[in-house]
Amino acid sequence: MLTVFFDLWSDKKRSKISSVKTFSSSCVFVRLQVVLKIIKHYQEEGQGSEVVQGVLLGLVVEDRLEITNCFPFPQHTEDDVDFDEVQYQMEMMRSLRHVNIDHLHVGWYQSTYYGSFVSRALLDSQFSYQHAIEESVVLIYDPIKTAQGSLCLKAYRLTPKLMEICKEKDFSPEGLKKACIGYEHMFEEVPIVIKNSHLINVLLLDLQEKSTVADKHELLNLSSSNHLEKSLQLLMDRMDDMSQDIGKYNTYCRNLSKQQQQKQQYLQRRQQENAQRQSRGEPPLPEEDISKMFKPPQAPARMDTLLIAGQINNYCQNIKEFTSQNLGKLFMAEALQGHSS
Amino acid sequence: PSSGATARIPWRPALSFSSSPFVTILHFLYKIMAVHGPFVKIHPVVLASIVDSYERRNEGASRVIGTLLGTADKHSVEVTNCFSVPHNESEDEVAVDMEFAKNMYELHKKVSPSEVIIGWYATGYDITEHSVLIHEYYSREAPNPIHMTVDTALQSNKMNIRAYVSSQMGVPGKTVGVMFTPLTIKYIYYDTERIGVDLLQRTRASPSRTNGLTTDLAQVASAAGHVQEMLSTMLSYIEDVLSGKVMADNSVGRYLMDLVNKVPKITAEDFESMLNSNINDLLMVTYLANLTQAQIALNEKLVVL
Repeated sequence: MLTVFFDLWSDKKRSKISSVKTFSSSCVFVRLQVVLKIIKHYQEEGQGSEVVQGVLLGLVVEDRLEITNCFPFPQHTEDDVDFDEVQYQMEMMRSLRHVNIDHLHVGWYQSTYYGSFVSRALLDSQFSYQHAIEESVVLIYDPIKTAQGSLCLKAYRLTPKLMEICKEKDFSPEGLKKACIGYEHMFEEVPIVIKNSHLINVLLLDLQEKSTVADKHELLNLSSSNHLEKSLQLLMDRMDDMSQDIGKYNTYCRNLSKQQQQKQQYLQRRQQENAQRQSRGEPPLPEEDISKMFKPPQAPARMDTLLIAGQINNYCQNIKEFTSQNLGKLFMAEALQGHSS
Repeated sequence: PSSGATARIPWRPALSFSSSPFVTILHFLYKIMAVHGPFVKIHPVVLASIVDSYERRNEGASRVIGTLLGTADKHSVEVTNCFSVPHNESEDEVAVDMEFAKNMYELHKKVSPSEVIIGWYATGYDITEHSVLIHEYYSREAPNPIHMTVDTALQSNKMNIRAYVSSQMGVPGKTVGVMFTPLTIKYIYYDTERIGVDLLQRTRASPSRTNGLTTDLAQVASAAGHVQEMLSTMLSYIEDVLSGKVMADNSVGRYLMDLVNKVPKITAEDFESMLNSNINDLLMVTYLANLTQAQIALNEKLVVL
């Protein structure tokens, strides 16, 4: 969905963007209000496993990307068929320009459900963004992890290798083998640094004085089974997909080798017949085109496998982080009990 | 701003109140005659946006104004969003781009249909005559709008954030003026907002005003450190009370009793078994996750062969 209107903007904006071709930024600077707006958007409009999306605005300074503002995208409702996303975006950008807000598209953000965001749709959207603007990132905000006590906001960008592959649209096994790309090299994470101005610091000071102390310290919560259960459930689903995929690939390999055997047998028979005919003095049979007779089976698309592998990797990382945190908390609880065992 | 859409408001000399009585009246009056109760709840995202638009103001503009969006019910008003509106201000007239405001409101409504215009904000400390006129415009958009001022010029060495409601005053039939009565402000957060803001408070400490997002175990460690700080504050208070330096406060004593009783009393064996089973669960999950990762890595290599 995001790809459609982005093409309209890319032509206009390309001239204004710094012409750095090979770009690898060291970090992404994010301002306080972007973070708060993203949190608020999910809180108010997101329910359950639906994702909320929006656009990031900012500018490129030397080799860093600074994200200074953002605006949310309305949810897709079925009764709003004639809602024009392009027009919404254009109007928003035009209006923001009037109040001196940076109107350069530098990326987009999305919320995620337990870390499941590695999908074809995300890949396509990010590819079209990155194709037009080298430095664009996708900010993934994990509300469930944040609710557990620590802000979870990550910035990802496609690796140059993956960009090459997407450009050529060559997703066959040979193409991927050529690029030797693994699931770990699909997305690169860019570290996020929160940068605020002095005035914002004054504001933060004021807020801290006036607000009451937080009465919920979610980070020190001991219960873990709920979260683990859901994460493991998602992991199992992905593993099922993966095993199906592997099964498909195996059948493909088997078919291919069977076909090779058949080809060999056919050729041998041909040669034998030709030898016999020659011994009888008859003209040899014409050479038939074997490639037409034995059509090679369709190679399964490898991109999906890569994506599934990447997603599984992500889930595993999240689970490991979560368990390590909980182990620490359990040991603290033991100390609190004061039982020296 | 586009010429056709601005509203030119001439300065009316019929207002016989100049700005200083406004301020004195504000300082004296605390009784609220407005429909809204005394509370205005503000989310920090609104303040961050206001500060940001102040930093981006046009050259020569001394203050910025904008619309406040949110929800209002019988007892209080909750401000959840805002956007700035371009305006021009000079000695004798004020021009506000109302069409822009309407457009932006329509756009915002598409995303969150439950938010309505509940008032407007301005940076700066005083309420001027121009504010009164702008406030009149906003009264047409919303019933009993709220006016919020954010003192970004830091006049009193602090960022004073205040909210007002307007009400009529004066002699009916003759010169009628407008009075702004202050309201109490409360900052409210969603849980996730609170967590975000607490994390970002750390940018105050670093000299370059930057802060990275920390890794997992470090976060638990810092939260534990936080609790430790709070405990040590309490311990010093208790020691003061015991040594007679400070008068004992019974309510605080009751809270302390509550706190100590919160640690559940479990026998050692039960606790051991609970702890061990939990640790085993977590270790098993870690092991499985590692196994899975090894498996997919292997799978990848095999395919490439």
